Parts: sequence; structure tokens; C-alpha cells
Amino acid sequence: MTEAEGGSTTTIKARRSFGEQMREFPWWAVIIITFLIGAFIYMISDPSYRNALSFIAFPPTKTEIAFGIDVRNGLMMTLYTTVIAYLIALILGLVLGIMRVSRNPILYHLSTLYVELMRGVPMLVLIIWIGFVVVPFLRNATGNQSITGLQGALIGLGFGYAAYLAEVYRSGIESIPKGQMEAARSLGMGYGQAMQHVILPQAIRRVVPPLSNDLVAMLKDSALVSVVAVPEILQMARLYVSRTFRAFEGYNSAAFLYLVLTLLFIIIVRMIERRWRSSV
Amino acid sequence: MSEPIIRITDLYKYFGEVQALRGISLEVESGQVVVVIGPSGSGKSTLLRCINHLEKPTGGHVYVEGVDLEAKETNINKMRAEIGMVFQQFNLFPHLTALENITLAQRVVRKRPKEEREQVARQLLERVGIPEKADAYPGQLSGGQQQRVAIARALAMNPKIMLFDEPTSALDPEMIKEVLEVMIDLAKSGMTMVCVTHEMGFARAAAHRLIFMDQGQIVEDTTPEDLYDNPQQERTRLFLSKILH
Repeated sequence: MTEAEGGSTTTIKARRSFGEQMREFPWWAVIIITFLIGAFIYMISDPSYRNALSFIAFPPTKTEIAFGIDVRNGLMMTLYTTVIAYLIALILGLVLGIMRVSRNPILYHLSTLYVELMRGVPMLVLIIWIGFVVVPFLRNATGNQSITGLQGALIGLGFGYAAYLAEVYRSGIESIPKGQMEAARSLGMGYGQAMQHVILPQAIRRVVPPLSNDLVAMLKDSALVSVVAVPEILQMARLYVSRTFRAFEGYNSAAFLYLVLTLLFIIIVRMIERRWRSSV
Repeated sequence: MSEPIIRITDLYKYFGEVQALRGISLEVESGQVVVVIGPSGSGKSTLLRCINHLEKPTGGHVYVEGVDLEAKETNINKMRAEIGMVFQQFNLFPHLTALENITLAQRVVRKRPKEEREQVARQLLERVGIPEKADAYPGQLSGGQQQRVAIARALAMNPKIMLFDEPTSALDPEMIKEVLEVMIDLAKSGMTMVCVTHEMGFARAAAHRLIFMDQGQIVEDTTPEDLYDNPQQERTRLFLSKILH
């Protein structure tokens, strides 16, 4: 079978026009990577860029404005924020997505209310609101001063994204033909068992591509938490600029780092998707 | 006489304005093979789906082994485990292999140990004639093979009743026979079966009773021979003339 496939691809390739072959080749990636490598070489050879990059990636003091959290550097902070907030969103989104397809009116309306509320507020507003309203309120109410801005930011980003991921899960569950649930129920499985063993394994496989898209989106949206002074890439760049008045170097470095991270994430995500697809 | 294994009394089912079932009463004895025929929209499938409560009747009752499926205290999952169902579209679980399709409910519902359920699954695959397909995914099987795995999956629960909802309607002609052979074999083993099918070969070979439904009602309830040779109703005659070529 593999031989036959290999054979047919070669014949098709031979017939492809030059234009088609150019269309297939990832020129865009070549351009971006060349640009990034060029930019990187230029940056490390320029002292003020070197300063900016090292300030963002290796800040002079580890705990400079870190609410007592041991922050290694802005780069790590961005990754940390993205991964933790994404995990929160993945789990909460799954619960909400299952509630959204539930026949139980309480579960359905509660989850719908949550999703519509969260999607109705811009992510930036949500993060500011949690950072400057909820976190101070909780600190006062509980007398617990150890609630950090970072925790608020993670909750804001994670809970906000959960609403979007809930809709992804819901559409995945609803895309599974009705006969699957009927077949499972006809064998004596309960609704929960059928969900767990038959519907969700198929639904989650189907939503891996949109879910991983949201991971990349989350990486970029993690820049939003700079407004509550979480020392991630953008916040470190702003600090650098406010100290040195070198906006060009500071923000270029931030953009450079985001681009590198995003591309890395996209490559990782594509690899995960390919593995999922081949396993189905 | 003992309690019939299936007893249906005055069953009604409405889908909004559409009346799918209009007062069905039916008793099926243990070991009986009943074939239900009728034009499309006559309520055959709805009747079948009411027997394992995939459809909730609007009125009337279905008793399986004397247990009222409509009663609040009835554990419907427990009842369904005793009633196997085979669907027109097979509805195999595409993310599981043939073997896993057959073992899943044994594990989750019957709580059988791994060795026992795999042994049961392999024996059933043998019985339906495709022991070599244990590790194949449904997408790698032909329609006829998929339907046979689906029959094995239902049989693995050791059901007391098997329901077949047009099991050969989605199959290519050359695959119908292999599925019917499994069904005839099953009928000969004494299984109680209710089959919605227009396969008259199967009805002649295996059915004890042939029921003709039209517009949500049972029009005739007789033996296959009688229905063909001596239909009592004009509607039956008309329908038979259309399906018997």
C-alpha cells in the first residue's frame, strides 16, 4: 500500500508545474527564519540591543517587581503564564463544554451564562478588572496579602479563555454523530459512561487543531497581563524603555522574542497535530 | 402461559404533530423471531427504538420480562444491557479496534475481567466469521464486516433480545448475504429477535412471525408464508407488490 502511494505521488509531482511547486514550498518560513537569524546577529552585535535583550531575558535582579515570586526572566514568565493559564482553560473549558451539551437545565444555563458573560468582555478589561478589583477585594476580605497580581492574571487569562475553549469542546462533542451515543446507550452504558468512553475520546481528537490554535493565541494574549505588572516579556520591555528611553531597542526586542516563541509554538503544535492525526 | 418476553400495550409516539405510532399492542414470546415490514414512515424503526427506550413513548407501555420501561424505578441501563441493538449505520466506535468495540461495554457495564472479555470477543468474531479482523479499526473494514462486528458487539453482552433496525439497508448487495447468514444462524440458536428488514429471504428462512405496519399501526400479524401467499389487506398486497420483484 505504501509503495502504491509513493508511486502515485511521484507521477503527480512530475506533472506539477513550476508555479505549483513554488506554491508548495514554504517560502514564507524561509523569509521569516532568515529575517530572525539576521535580526539576532544584528542584535547581539549591537550593545544597546544586547542590553535590552539581556534585561528582558536575564534581568539584573531576579525579584525586581515580582511580588515575592522568584522570577527568572521575562521570557520564562511569558512561557509560565501561557502554560499555566492554558492548562486552567483546558480543564475548565472541558467541564464547561460538557455542561453546555447537558440536558440538565441548571448545568446548561449556568455554563451558557458563564460563556456569554466571559465572551462579552474584552480579555484586556477582564484582566484589568480581576487585577484591580477582584484581587484587592480578596486581599481586604480575607486579610491575606499573599494573593498576587500574577495569580489574578493567570485566573483572568485562564478563565477568559475557558469560555472560548468551552465552545470548541462543545462543537467537537456536537460533531459526533447521534448514533454513537445511541449505540453506547443501547449497550447499557449510562450517559456519563458513554460520554467518557465513546463521545469525548472522539470529540477531543477532532478539536486538537482548534485547541492548539488557541494555545498560540494564548501565548500572544499573555502580553495582556503586563497591564497588571506581571514581569513577562512586554512588561520587561516597558521597564527597560522607561529606564533607558530606548523605545526602539526595547520594543523591537520584545517583538523579536514573541515572534521566535510563536514560531516555536506553531512548529510544536503542528507536530502534535500530525501525531494525533496519524494515530486516528 | 408464561409472561411474554416483550409486551407492548397501546403504544403511542408523536414527534410534534407527526404520529409515528398509533396504538400498537404486541406480544413476543421468548425465542420468537419477528420480522417487521412496512413502507417508510410507517413507524417500524420507532417501534423498535421504543423497545429499548431510545425513544420515549408518548403513551402506552413496553414491558420487557414483565418490567415496565416507563416506570420511574426501572433502571433503564440495566434493562438495555439485556437488549442488543444493531443499527442501519452500524454505529461502531471508530476510535476503537473491532476487539475493543466488543470489549468496551463488557468492561464498563458488565465489569468482566480483561481475559474473559477478550475471550468472549474473539469467540464472537469467530462466530461472525472475521476472527482475523480483531485489531482492525472500523474504517479499515467493509460495510458487511462492520455490521458483523456490530452484531458481535451486541451479542457480547449476552442479551436476551436482539433488535435489528434495517441491518442490511446501508450495505452493498454483495455484502448483504454475509450479514443475513449471521442473523439466520442467530435465529436458529433460539435468540428472541425483532428485525425491521425488507430482506424477504431472511423472513422466509428464519422468521416465525411477520408483521406488516402502515401509518403507525399493525395491519397484519401472521406467518411469512401466509403474508406472501394470502395477504388479508389491500394495503399489504400493494406494498408486497412493490417490494417483491
